[in-house]
Amino acid sequence: MATAFSPSKFAAQPFPLNTTSQNNPLTIPTTASPFLGSTRKLIRLSSSSNLNLRRRSGTVVKENKSQSTPNLLITKEEGLELYEDMVLGRAFEDKCAQMYYDRKMFGFVHLYNGQEAVSTGFIKLLKQQDFIVCTYRDHVQALSKGVSARAILSELLGKATGCCRGQGGSMHIFSREHNMLGGFAFIGEGIPIGTGAAFRSKYKRKVLKEADCDHVTLAFFGDGTCNNGQFYECLNMAALWKLPIVFVVENNLWAIGMSHLRATSVPPIHKKGPAFGMPGVHVDGMDVLKVREVAKEAIGRARRAEGPTLVECETYRFRGHSLADPDKLRDPAEKAHYAARDPITALKKCLIDNSLASEADLKAIDKKIDEVVEEAVEFAEESPVPPKSQLHENVFADPKGFGIGPDGRYRCEEPKFAEGTALD
Amino acid sequence: MLAIARQRMLGQSFKKILPAVSVLRSYSSAAKQITVREALNSALDEEMSADPKVFLMGEEVGEYQGAYKITKGLLEKYGPERVLDTPITEAGFTGIGVGAAYCGLKPVVEFMTFNFSMQAIDHIINSAAKSNYMSAGQISVPIVFRGPNGAAAGVGAQHSQCYAAWYASCPGLKVLSPYNSEDARGLLKAAIRDPDPVVFLENELLYGESFPVSDEVLDSSFCLPIGKAKIEREGKDVTITAFSKMVGYALKCLSTSMSNAKQNLSGEKLEDEPGDSGSHAAEMLEKDGIYAEVINLRSIRPLDRSTINASVRKTNRLITVEEGFPQHGLGAEICASVVEESFSYLDAPVERIAGADVPMPYAANLERMAVPQVEDIVRAAKRACYRSVPLAATA
Repeated sequence: MATAFSPSKFAAQPFPLNTTSQNNPLTIPTTASPFLGSTRKLIRLSSSSNLNLRRRSGTVVKENKSQSTPNLLITKEEGLELYEDMVLGRAFEDKCAQMYYDRKMFGFVHLYNGQEAVSTGFIKLLKQQDFIVCTYRDHVQALSKGVSARAILSELLGKATGCCRGQGGSMHIFSREHNMLGGFAFIGEGIPIGTGAAFRSKYKRKVLKEADCDHVTLAFFGDGTCNNGQFYECLNMAALWKLPIVFVVENNLWAIGMSHLRATSVPPIHKKGPAFGMPGVHVDGMDVLKVREVAKEAIGRARRAEGPTLVECETYRFRGHSLADPDKLRDPAEKAHYAARDPITALKKCLIDNSLASEADLKAIDKKIDEVVEEAVEFAEESPVPPKSQLHENVFADPKGFGIGPDGRYRCEEPKFAEGTALD
Repeated sequence: MLAIARQRMLGQSFKKILPAVSVLRSYSSAAKQITVREALNSALDEEMSADPKVFLMGEEVGEYQGAYKITKGLLEKYGPERVLDTPITEAGFTGIGVGAAYCGLKPVVEFMTFNFSMQAIDHIINSAAKSNYMSAGQISVPIVFRGPNGAAAGVGAQHSQCYAAWYASCPGLKVLSPYNSEDARGLLKAAIRDPDPVVFLENELLYGESFPVSDEVLDSSFCLPIGKAKIEREGKDVTITAFSKMVGYALKCLSTSMSNAKQNLSGEKLEDEPGDSGSHAAEMLEKDGIYAEVINLRSIRPLDRSTINASVRKTNRLITVEEGFPQHGLGAEICASVVEESFSYLDAPVERIAGADVPMPYAANLERMAVPQVEDIVRAAKRACYRSVPLAATA
């Protein structure tokens, strides 16, 4: 199991090590490879901005932090926020499963049970303008980013009130307002998209001269994706162009029925970061506080334009790949092992043991979330299905070309269009 | 007699001096001549200077000045942050372009040839074309994918495929294919300004061809509408639809004889003639009194069905010409459209001229057989008009 890791340790070494038991092949510590280019700049920068890092952590950090337990890394409010977000994710996914087995939900549904710590740990540190991209297992990341439960549930039921008016579905949750860029069925497809969003942040700063544009992008994907070509292409380009992106690997050890160890020549994924000139971090993805600490550093790095980071979160999905997956290939002992490390239970214990919250507080949150989810179900079930006229809508932003002018007409139909300027 | 002999001698000596591809200014009108390459370059330049959100990315677009020199000079003018040389990672950099477009920038992604776009086709279709629909209008993708498409000369099977039919079958994409410099400028500017993903299929062999352009075309706000075809030559006997290089071949069926008459004393041709095949075949078409109407499609998706159908209703016969593979090609779509809308107007079966149903061979004579030539179009026109024609010409 991963030991506690401290921000000071991170600051001193640009490639954070999580030394763990030697038996676990996934936690072989990375060594800082003497790599050229941004790697060396990283070492210089990190040591000089050591103090800044600690000040920016913004949490309750005591001086003798290096070996202490993570329980004092958060305040009560933060702790409750994390708890509520994880419980929302869990309750929502459980409700989806229930509705699916009641035949009220259809199609592909991929649930996130067990991995909530990754989503909550990272996304709760983001601003509204930061971007996230995911694979098809995207309900909980969308919830963490702020998309309402009722909008997502309506989308899953294919109703017109869904976040994508029923046109996307479970695997394609998009939200312009919350900067959730999807929801992609092809694994690896979201990574270049996220890299593009990060590119845009840099472009805005460098070319469009919006100096305060420090928007960060998080790309979430799984262990199976780490064998995909696009993943490596984007690690290369993100490091090459020093893009403000964090690559978050939700390593749940299984890609449908393919074990990560059977599919990968070099299982430790975080080792692939330094090969491309960026730090590769491994973290215990079942512990939201540890994930949060790593996330702070990685997101901080990206915000300060120091370049990308690859974070491998060791986590586990309690359910099958999708609700149609009989999940027969995974060893029950392995499932039990990880079920004992349920992130919600762990956080609950941590909050109570450290007197940050009482049992009653947490039960109140549980109840509140149950009500939110029930309300979402009611809303979704009562919502109408999309009207038939919606079939042909939204194929193009502008079917006729060149955009729509301020008077609402297509610009290409304006009589003097040749005198117009480039479209804004 | 001596005067006539001198004239003829003058004419002939001028013919020797004239280069194969004319870049001379025409003296008879104010029209300037620019190559397709210059047209594309100027269009990119103007759009980049008008809108700072437009940027270029692709292999060799920067320091190499463009694999086909289309982006020449742009790196020096706009800097490396707006003209990006990418590593050889089509899937990766296309996805990055799409992601940047999701967030409001306007990338122009160059594929060295569209054959390489197959490595990125997931992003073109799944993340660019479908996104506006999947997100119910929240995420629009103002991106342009451009590059040479179709057969070049002797480049073999993996560098010669035409992708018009594949991309045009996908809802959510706009697919454009210019023929001459005016098309190139107008359509590329329209594509960059358009808020939707546009696949812009150029042709390598046309890059060096020059065409006359008017002052209106050279104006920086010139744009052509997407979804409108152009009738390059009016006619009354048979409609020929074509796009890109095949427009030149279709016009060649008609233009040679007409421009022979227009050749002035100094031996200058007033019209450029791409390709070099069978001018005598072209004259036969005119001599037989077949006046074909040539439609330059310009926009493959959306296809200008109304122009095509209106033309067929006038001429009652249709030939579709394309360079790509015949099955499920553009000709099939046009034929179906005409049969659906103008069936009773057809006096002859619709004929499709397409590339051979084989991967492109390398040997020059086989390659010539695998791509439509002017003679094929002429013979098809005659068949449509129920004239007897000899069997397929040999190489």
